[in-house]
Amino acid sequence: MIRLIGIAVGLVFSFVALLAFVFGAYAAATDPAEPTAEHEFHLAPRPLHLASDGPFGKWDLQQLQRGYQVYKEVCSACHSLKHVAFRDLAQLGYTEAEVKAAAAEWTVPGIDPNTGETTTRPGTPTDYFPSPYPNDIAARAANNNASPPDLSLITKARHDGGRYVHALITGYRDPATFEVDGKALKMEFPDFETPTGLYFNPYFPNLNIAMPPPLTTDGQVTYADGTKATIEQMSTDVAAFLTWTAEPTLVKRRQTGWPVLGFLIFATGLAWFAKKNVWAAKPKQTETV
Amino acid sequence: MSFPWARHYEPKAPLMRYLDEKLPLPRLVYNAVGGGYPVPRNLNYMWNFGVLAGFCLVLQIVTGVILAMHYAANAGVAFDSIEHIMRDVNWGWLIRYAHANGAAFFFAVIYLHIFRGFFYGSYKAPREMVWLLGVVIFLLLMATGFMGYVLPWGQMSFWGAKVITGLFGAIPLVGEPIQIWLLGGFAPDNAALNRFFSLHYLLPFVIAGVVILHIWALHIPGSSNPTGVEVKSESDTVPFHPYYTAKDGFGLGVFLILYFLVVFFLPNSLGHPDNYIPANPLSTPALIVPEWYFWPFYAILRAFTTDFILPAKLWGVLAMFASILVWFFLPWLDKSPVRSGHYRPLFRKFFYILVVDVLVLGYCGGSHAEEPYLMISQLATAYYFLHFLVILPIVSMIERPEPLPFSITEAVLGEDKQAALGESGQPAVSGSAN
Repeated sequence: MIRLIGIAVGLVFSFVALLAFVFGAYAAATDPAEPTAEHEFHLAPRPLHLASDGPFGKWDLQQLQRGYQVYKEVCSACHSLKHVAFRDLAQLGYTEAEVKAAAAEWTVPGIDPNTGETTTRPGTPTDYFPSPYPNDIAARAANNNASPPDLSLITKARHDGGRYVHALITGYRDPATFEVDGKALKMEFPDFETPTGLYFNPYFPNLNIAMPPPLTTDGQVTYADGTKATIEQMSTDVAAFLTWTAEPTLVKRRQTGWPVLGFLIFATGLAWFAKKNVWAAKPKQTETV
Repeated sequence: MSFPWARHYEPKAPLMRYLDEKLPLPRLVYNAVGGGYPVPRNLNYMWNFGVLAGFCLVLQIVTGVILAMHYAANAGVAFDSIEHIMRDVNWGWLIRYAHANGAAFFFAVIYLHIFRGFFYGSYKAPREMVWLLGVVIFLLLMATGFMGYVLPWGQMSFWGAKVITGLFGAIPLVGEPIQIWLLGGFAPDNAALNRFFSLHYLLPFVIAGVVILHIWALHIPGSSNPTGVEVKSESDTVPFHPYYTAKDGFGLGVFLILYFLVVFFLPNSLGHPDNYIPANPLSTPALIVPEWYFWPFYAILRAFTTDFILPAKLWGVLAMFASILVWFFLPWLDKSPVRSGHYRPLFRKFFYILVVDVLVLGYCGGSHAEEPYLMISQLATAYYFLHFLVILPIVSMIERPEPLPFSITEAVLGEDKQAALGESGQPAVSGSAN
């Protein structure tokens, strides 16, 4: 009885699923999905090698310091970094005095100790990076109704992380002449337009991004260590810096992992011999089923 | 419980004798997973995953309790408190990655455990109760895993919660009030987050309780084995300790290597980047997907796109729940007296098709809800239900199984002296496994 009911129930579910398949196949055959510019002309990030890549990767502290400088002088005009505190900069190789000085270069919201009114004061190492806007509404109002995302976690919050950041900030193109594999965007999609206030960027999922090109000229930042500040250099450095802000424990994590794996491989080897030893007392299996 | 030849616990040290009189806890352990539990001698490594699942449960409870010391279940600060754990708590990143990836490995282990059961007919009499309790554990595990994924309160947490609680809205008439009652509001917010945290902390202990029942029910008939032939004599078994503690110990080592490889080197590879974006009710992600371990069921949910008597959405919800509930009826749907797939040629073919089918469903469930993935998941869904509800009952009626070995001993050693004499001293004729 239960099997008869079961067969009936199974046939009903299968029938309805197959019915959906027939309708879906008919719709797909008669009304194929229109190709979209977002689908055809979106590009995967270009390759980028950072010192922190790979299982043995380490931070390039010089590069992180340069990336911090790019963030401070360019990105921080619009983007916050709220999960990072000034004290964390010590991990970039700055001394205690340098961290204090770096924090003091920032203005953070404070409270007047005498009147209790809100005011601003220079940052201290315990403060977190301040937001350039008092709130999200102000951020939208200043940016054509697009809120610049917080950058602390940006390389973990996007596919391909640092590579995406690097490709995006160097990836602005002219839509009128943009081509992929010899196919011109304007030829394939004559109606494609970049609305006023948006910028064409094939590395952004819907191709039009609200962020204006942040790095426009070589030498936009004057590096303290004398490195030549090309756009490629600045974008790579800031991608490295944002990889660090997203996970300051990244290198420590892998360095902890190696001895753990080494120990486990050794212990598992011992466990294998222990198992063989225990089972040696029993007659061998002639077949393994 | 247990076989007559099971060893008895004989404490020698005075302290252990004293303890055995007052509170025979060591005796319980000895009889459950020690020398006092005789186990078929021919278990292969597929029988390792029960122990590994138990290990995962303990791992999740330990790491979870520590995380709860630092996590704040409030929609305003939940996301930030996760980052606090990642950045400021000593070894917090390790605990959190261990917990998040622990859930993924828990499900991987559980799926292998379940499919072991499918292949070797572990659900059949006399182990129906073990199987039913196992399905209950799986359902509880799914609820726990889902609610845990909501706690970081990222984009995928929020939208996942919205989609899954929205399923209740598909119930006719009472659906919407139930959905609002479950969420404590019209959309997931602080009320929902708070109760999810409360239940996420509670359910693992409920699971631990059902696990005890699961093991208790298992110890009545004893473990199944790859031949599916029941234990007949002492030569068919070995004591759990040291034989299977040693074998499971090696399996645990292999598991830990793979697990820590992911925890230390690829901790975000199984998650979705969108969950590092704080929850935003006004911005829908391009692709709302659950964690990989729910993909096959998510594919079944989305496969129903046509209204037929009932609305398509309701069909999807019914099918998704039915796809797991059908496992409850497995002991009565598959009536073949032969347990192990090794001796069932026709069943075996369909089993492998099912494995491929579920993998295909999983792939489609993780993809965009567009063609061709929808058509593929519709075909795969149809096969899924046909397999359990139509093919299995029919196969078990028409199939001619291959000859079984007389006993486990014969399967292992090639001969069983008892078989030659017959159990009652009469010569017995038996087929060979070879």
